[in-house]
Amino acid sequence: MQVVAGGWMFFTPEEAALVEVLVDRLIPPDPATPGGKEAGVAVFIDRQLAGPYGSATALYMRPPFADGLPNQGPQSPLTPASRCRQALAALDRHTSDAFAGRIFRQIPETEQIAVIQRMESGSLMLNGSNGRAFFEMLLQHTKEGFFADPIYGGNRGMAAWRMIGFPGAHYDYRDWVGRHNERYPKPPVGLSGSAT
Amino acid sequence: MARALPATDVVIVGLGWTGSILAQELTQAGQRVVALERGAWRNTATDFPTTFAQDELRYHIRHSLFLKPAQETLTFRNNASQTALPIRTWGSFMPPNGVGGGGVHWNGQTWRFNPTDFRLRSHLTERYGAAALPDDMTIQDWDVSYDELEPHYDRFEYLCGTAGLAGNIAGKIQPGGNPFEGPRARGYPTPAMQQPFAPTLFAAAARESGYHPFPQPSGNMSQAYTNPLGVKLGPCTYCGFCEWFGCGNYSKASPQTTILPVLTRHPNFTARTQCEVTRINTDSTGKRATGVTYIDAAGEEWEQPAEMVLLCAFQIFNVRLLLLSGIGTPYDPVANTGVIGRNYSYQTTSGVDAFFADKNFNPFVASGAVGMLIDDFNGDNFDHAGLGFVGGGFMGAAQTGGRPILGTLTPPGTPAWGAAWKQAVAENYQSSYSFSTHGSSCSYRGNHLDLDPTYTDPHVRKLLRMNFDLHPNELKMSAFLTDRLGEIVQKMGPRQLVKHPRTGPYSVTPYQTTHLCGGAVMGADPRTSALNRYLQSWDVPNLFVMGATAFPQNAGYNPTGTVGALAYWAADAIKSRYLKSPGPLVPA
Repeated sequence: MQVVAGGWMFFTPEEAALVEVLVDRLIPPDPATPGGKEAGVAVFIDRQLAGPYGSATALYMRPPFADGLPNQGPQSPLTPASRCRQALAALDRHTSDAFAGRIFRQIPETEQIAVIQRMESGSLMLNGSNGRAFFEMLLQHTKEGFFADPIYGGNRGMAAWRMIGFPGAHYDYRDWVGRHNERYPKPPVGLSGSAT
Repeated sequence: MARALPATDVVIVGLGWTGSILAQELTQAGQRVVALERGAWRNTATDFPTTFAQDELRYHIRHSLFLKPAQETLTFRNNASQTALPIRTWGSFMPPNGVGGGGVHWNGQTWRFNPTDFRLRSHLTERYGAAALPDDMTIQDWDVSYDELEPHYDRFEYLCGTAGLAGNIAGKIQPGGNPFEGPRARGYPTPAMQQPFAPTLFAAAARESGYHPFPQPSGNMSQAYTNPLGVKLGPCTYCGFCEWFGCGNYSKASPQTTILPVLTRHPNFTARTQCEVTRINTDSTGKRATGVTYIDAAGEEWEQPAEMVLLCAFQIFNVRLLLLSGIGTPYDPVANTGVIGRNYSYQTTSGVDAFFADKNFNPFVASGAVGMLIDDFNGDNFDHAGLGFVGGGFMGAAQTGGRPILGTLTPPGTPAWGAAWKQAVAENYQSSYSFSTHGSSCSYRGNHLDLDPTYTDPHVRKLLRMNFDLHPNELKMSAFLTDRLGEIVQKMGPRQLVKHPRTGPYSVTPYQTTHLCGGAVMGADPRTSALNRYLQSWDVPNLFVMGATAFPQNAGYNPTGTVGALAYWAADAIKSRYLKSPGPLVPA
């Protein structure tokens, strides 16, 4: 059986289509393991941004806000959901300007990779500020979605865990502590209990 | 206006390890005890059962068990030339919240400090001369000795069922244990945990190098255990979800698994949860605490009068409450006077990542405190002459989990994303390993805690401000420890090895450790310590302050064992002396 998430909770269809391309560039499919899109990473990010994480309910959001030094930690007055939404729009605006009206998902894959590399290096400006902050947030969300338990929408079929050999929420390894240099043979198990 | 509640004998602020220990000891002694905890009550069965405890996203990434910065955070700057800004999301450390406190989500690494750690300034001055210590280094003696604390370490370890192999019983060195440890009266309550592959290899390489590997002392059970209170713990299943997580298996020592089942049956014990203490009240002389004021979940303000106040919150929050309550003289780093906020210290951690061609480590077969370590470079176990630093730390292979969101290593030069990243993660997950050092942190004049002039909490009370940076002594020490660790790991035959010594400036972003220490330290002199040797306030004798808040500086060990021992030491003094004759236990 497969559980399929129905509909987007946070992203507009346009945003979702863009994020699905981005997560597939960050984690591309290969013959052995699906990429970010097929693994459900965009669904994961959508659900995270729609929830308490996206609205920063746990964070200290009192003013005044100042940029500060990198070692003083993030100081954005925006919630993760707002930061993501604004950056996605800015990314499409950027490619539209640079590629004759074509938004990010309409440019060739090699160009998409080059744009992401420029975000990573900090040379691409989004909304007048360095694109690296958005790149870091996007990459972190993507890896979270790829490797988190499938109950959150990503890591579909525990594909990421199979890729590395992580058995997931396995309860008891007592028989395996002393079995040195031997690969653990059982398939992964998720919190929902499914081992398929 | 706060409404007054009926008076009680003892009010405890914070129901974590020290609050639970003191509450148990004092209710047992006939005292009426009220504990106020700002977080929720937490039970193993309902809050972190094995059915959903193993969730890296929920607990590690989204910080489900911790205090929310929205409720209280602190501001940070390296030094007085910078403007402190609030820590808006946790990074370098993770303040606990809720019943059980940090005892719920710790790894269970249960150490004793070295005998020389307790008289650090005297010892180092005797061995190396006063000139060996930088002028702005404010390390000092604890005014309590290892021998005095030994029975209390023993009590905490037997409460927890600590698994380990003794290295020194009554002065006799024991094979396979840590030969550098202080003498213990008897062995650990349970045998050491079983060791996975990497720690076993590390121990062989360390032995070959002439060092003395031993199993890490563990608060996770190697076998079923019934503690002296009659509470039972079950054997650890090595599921690899300890630190950041609650143990659903009753296998990790915590207030929930060792004390609370007994404490909650005392008719003279009351716990009030979701009650945040905002102030310790004093009478008109300022020399006597009359109780505390707190705000409950509905926003109502209450006053709880008490004969005695025990401050048992997390380290930084103890210091903040003292400052907000006007108890003791705030530290002034320029004049080097005052005591509240003085001698804040941390822990200097570092690591070595190694990539192997022919190994399969099964990193997920893990526990919070399973590993093989050496103590040859901790404290003053080695000669520091000519090294240009003091202090040290333990190092080795500790296997705490293979959780994949944060637990995948790739060799240097690997891109952070894309096909090459994906392939490198798949290839290296099982065959790479992070080794670690766990170094001491000296105290300095500039490293201190005070109140922030700008930022406030939701009750519009000033946040605490942390002023902290890494000093050359710690950076040199970390480079030295990391080099020694690298030499041992090299003997294990990795194809590639990457050393990560701690570098400055200190950053609150990457996780390092939650071992925050000092700020209201214990000592012999009221001019340089907030607390006497029994953790009793010099200024307000019916106030005691527990926890790592009292450490004058931090040693190269995890603090919880010493925090537990100090709690029993203070409880013993309160029961045997203070209750009979309330007043200062040490003349000021």
